[in-house]
This record gives sequence, structure tokens and C-alpha cells, in this order.
Amino acid sequence: MRVAEHLNEALHALLDADPAVHVLGEDIVDPYGGAFKITKGLSTKHGSRVISTPLSEGGIVGVGAGLALAGDRAIVEIMFGDFAALAFDQLLNFASKSTTMYGRRVPIPLIVRCPTGGRRGYGPTHSQSLQKHFIGIPGLDLYELSPFHDAHALLATMFARQNPCVLFEDKVLYTRRICRDGVVDDLFRFELVGGWARVYADGDLPPDCVLIAPGGLTDRALEAMRDLLIDHEITCVLLVPERLYPLDPAPVMQVLRGAGTIVVAEDGSAGGTWGAEVSRLLHPELWASLSGPIRLVSAADSIIPTAAHLEREVLVQADTIRRAVLA
Amino acid sequence: MIGAIQERVRALTPVADADLGRMLRIRHFERALLRLFERGQLNGTTHTCLGQEHVPVAVSGLLDPDDYVFSNHRGHGHFLARHDEPHALLAEIMGRAGAVCNGVGGSQHVYHERFLSTGVQGESLPVAVGVALRLKRVTPGRLACAYIGDGTWGEGSVYEALNMAQLWRAPLLVVVEHNRIAQSTPTTAQLSGSIAGRAAGFGVLHHRIESVDVNVIRAELAPLAAVVRSEFRPVVAEIAVHRAGPHSKGDDTRTPEELREAAEGDWHPRYAEAFPEQFARLDEEQRAFIARMVDDVLIRPASEWERP
Repeated sequence: MRVAEHLNEALHALLDADPAVHVLGEDIVDPYGGAFKITKGLSTKHGSRVISTPLSEGGIVGVGAGLALAGDRAIVEIMFGDFAALAFDQLLNFASKSTTMYGRRVPIPLIVRCPTGGRRGYGPTHSQSLQKHFIGIPGLDLYELSPFHDAHALLATMFARQNPCVLFEDKVLYTRRICRDGVVDDLFRFELVGGWARVYADGDLPPDCVLIAPGGLTDRALEAMRDLLIDHEITCVLLVPERLYPLDPAPVMQVLRGAGTIVVAEDGSAGGTWGAEVSRLLHPELWASLSGPIRLVSAADSIIPTAAHLEREVLVQADTIRRAVLA
Repeated sequence: MIGAIQERVRALTPVADADLGRMLRIRHFERALLRLFERGQLNGTTHTCLGQEHVPVAVSGLLDPDDYVFSNHRGHGHFLARHDEPHALLAEIMGRAGAVCNGVGGSQHVYHERFLSTGVQGESLPVAVGVALRLKRVTPGRLACAYIGDGTWGEGSVYEALNMAQLWRAPLLVVVEHNRIAQSTPTTAQLSGSIAGRAAGFGVLHHRIESVDVNVIRAELAPLAAVVRSEFRPVVAEIAVHRAGPHSKGDDTRTPEELREAAEGDWHPRYAEAFPEQFARLDEEQRAFIARMVDDVLIRPASEWERP
């Protein structure tokens, strides 16, 4: 099953199970079913709880927050994650702050879904990975879809936090197969540890390198790991957290302590990155065991060009990760 | 000129003690805040609603306990008209024990029962649409009432919200306190066209009320609120008011002429002239009550907040 179908199934199940759940977004009702078809079939089955909206990202995130404030649960799809910029005020100054600024805990069960990332030739304003711009906002939790984490459980986890959450969903990842039963492919296996996926080649030896990356990087990280193993006999473990912020490294600390080299990869542009935040958390804990500073891989400090050959130069490729490990 | 003023005074309808008392309670509350500021006893900032107290008193008479109220930066009157808890509000503003939000939100971020204020212009309207949609589904007949100013109409969120409210038939009553000035900028310099025209653009019902008479405002609002409740549709009720005080504390840059005009539009002297005995009695009652309230809050210990 592809990741897109799996997420769609999870949304169906959520709407089936909980009459308080509402889904809002632009062009999400049938027959169109959303720009990436993640909401396909939802409106046919759940009618008025699945609402196609005007082009008003700020407005619909506000409406979602209002539903959540009053007792419902809301999922808002931003057609292209880039447009979440238009909802920044609602996320920063209303939804996240309301959880604490009234002097007591106010639940705001709101999930803002953001199809994210490039490699599809959509150009500078439809290809970005904006995770870093939402880091460090008290009361706002950031998650990212991966092929390893079960989407049903992920949605349940986000709602259980009672905080507004932004869920980043890599657009190319939508087309990839989900990984189940601990199997990734002929070479790699995985296990889930406290919200993290640990992906490893067969064998329990401590790896030469630990790669940390959000779910959207999975295909490129695996390709790099395969090359490194076969061509250079370098073993890597890939760690993929479901929650990017606030990040809890505790469940994987044991794995990290065994690695001399740590590389953090992400799709956002360079500067003020998620990786810098990961390093901030890990350096004090791992200073003694690291062979050198944590290495950061990100897209270039650049807008994302449209033409495929130009886009490739800017965005993270498997080779970018491979070179960072070998450096 | 005197003749004209007397004409307007005569036009006021007899007012209930409860309404005039509440208007005066809010007036004394706001004046007390400004005094506390002058004495350096208040931290931060505040926006008083001097000259606009009668609006929330008129509106609150039409609200059900299950309705939601969304307020803005100038929200003390909105709160006190809805919840007669001046101790809790002053404690909130001063960060003292018994504060309605433990002193975390302060003057412009208050959430109490179904009253919620936020500090960013226009931000509450889409949220109010979401709440209104839930009310329509779960408790039909209940509404979300959102107070905004004329300055708020510069924000795009207002238009996104009006569009959705009308499209989706959200029971939303938008009360616009049109005080002719946005902080220091006259409305004529920041708003093109009209609020009526803007509402019309979305097919949203609009009604403008010119009176300072609390009974007249309530009577004109009543059928509008009924439409919101029974027909599940938004209404914009625009009420002409005068901001008799500064935007915040000592930041009034209006000319003496403009200030005089604002003072003439204030409900306070008109009610004082029209109903001298009733006014004097209630005014003294509220003055004394607020003075005692301030003394009570001043001796309270600091509020406590367990940071999550």
C-alpha cells in the first residue's frame, strides 16, 4: 500500500470512529478529493464533516481552532504546505498560545496537514519544506509522516496531545510503499522505539554512523545507506522521529551513544534549521562519544528552482547525504 | 447649541437601574485603571473603553449563557457586561490572587466560561466562525458574538471569516464598535468605502445604530440577534460610538476640537443630565463599590501560575 492510500484510510477510520472530527481544506471533497487525493472518498462517506473551503488558509485554520476550542476535533489540509505561511498568525498567536495563555490548560485538538517538499517541479512557492519556521513555538507540536509510522496511531497521538499540531507530509513520500512488519527491503529492517523508527541493515554491530532524518528523507537516506554499505562497507542506522518538535531523543539515546558520527538531514533550506535544533539537544549529551561535530545536511541556501536539473542542485539528494557521511 | 443638546437629552428613554448601574460600574473600573497607572501601580498596558460602555451592556442583555463572546484588546466592558466579576478582572490585570487567568493573559487575553479575548486584531473572527458552526450543530439557537472595531476592518481575516460565515450559515453576530479612530489614525484615513458596503459584498446583513441610548441599541439589536439565532446567518451590527479616552494610557493625539466632539458623543454626561437623581445615586454606589474593590485587590498576594 502507498503512503497516500494509508493516510487516506487512517482519515476514513478517524471520521468513522469519532463524530467530533471535522476535515477542512481547499478542494478536498469528491470527486476531486484534494490536490494529492489524501481526502478522497471522505466527503462521500462523511458528508457535512468534510468541508471544501474558500482559498483562505488563515481563515480555515482559525475555523479549525474554533471548532477545537468549542469541543470538536479538526483537521485542516493546507493544499501546499507553502501556504501555511498564510495561517501563521492563527497558529502562532491563537491556536498554540491558547493552550496556555489563559492561565490554565486549554485543549486545542487541531491538526494542520501540510503536503511538503520538492522533487516534483512545482517551483519556488510550491516545493518548500517549512518545518524550521514552526520550530520553537510554545504549544505547537510538529510531526512528519514516514513510511514506518502507522498513520492511524500518528493521528491518535497528535489528538491525544491536545495541542495544535502541524503534520508535514512529503509529496514524493505519498507515492512510496509503506513499510510494515519490520521489513524495509532486501537489505534493511526497522523497529519502532518510543516514537522513533530505527532502520538498520541485518546485524547488531554498532553502526559507523547514525543518520537522523524526518520521514520525507527516507528514500534518499536509504539509497545513501545502501551505497555506503556496499561501496564503502560503512554501516549506518537511520533514525526517523514521528515528532520533530519538541524532539525527545531519550528513546534513541543508546543508539546515538554508540555512534561516533552523526548526520542530521532535512529538506529545508540552510540556516536556522531543524538539524541545528537537533544538534543543540544532542551535543551536550554526546560530546564525549562523538568523533566530531554533528554534521548537518539541508537544501541549499536558495529558492527552489522549477527546472528539474536546477531543482536537483538545490535539494538534498542521496548523494548529498552519502558525501556528508564520507566527509 | 444648548437647545440641540437638550433635544438629545430628552431623547434618552428611561433606563433601568441594572443597565445604568453596569455602565457606571464599567466607567469607574476603567477610571480606576487609569489612576492606578498614573500611580505606577499597574504593569504593562491597557486599553480602556471609556465612552463605549453602553454597547456591551446593551448587547449582553440579549445573550444567553450558552452563547460565546469574543472580545478584543479593548475588552474590559465586554467582560464586565457579561460577567459581573470586576475583582477577578482587576486581579488579572494586576497579576494578583483570584485573577481570572492567573495573571497570564492580562488585560487583553481573558478566557472565562464562554468569554474569550485575544490581542491580535481580527484574529478572533475565523475562530468565532468555527465556534458558531459547532453551536449550530450541537445547540441550535445559540450564537457566537464577536466585538471588533472599525480599525479591525483593515485585517484580511475579517473578510475570510465573513465569507465563510455567510457561505456556511454560521450564527455569528459581529458587533462593530465604530469609534471613528484606530489608535491614532482617524477612520477616514484608514478605511475606504464603508462597513455597510463591505458587508453587502458578502451578502451579509448589516445594520448601523447611531444612538447612545442603551435601550434603543438593545431594541435595534434584538431582531438582528433573533435572525442570527433562527436563520443561522451572520449579521454585522455597527454601532456609532465615541472613544472618550485615549487608545491606551496617555497617548491621545487628538486635537482639543476632536476631543470635545468625542466628549459630546459620550453617553455619560447625557445620562447624567437626563436622569440626575438616578444617575447620582447609582454613580455614588458604583464609585464606592469600585473603590472598595480596588482596595481589596491591591492587598492580595501575587497570582500564581504553574507553567506547563
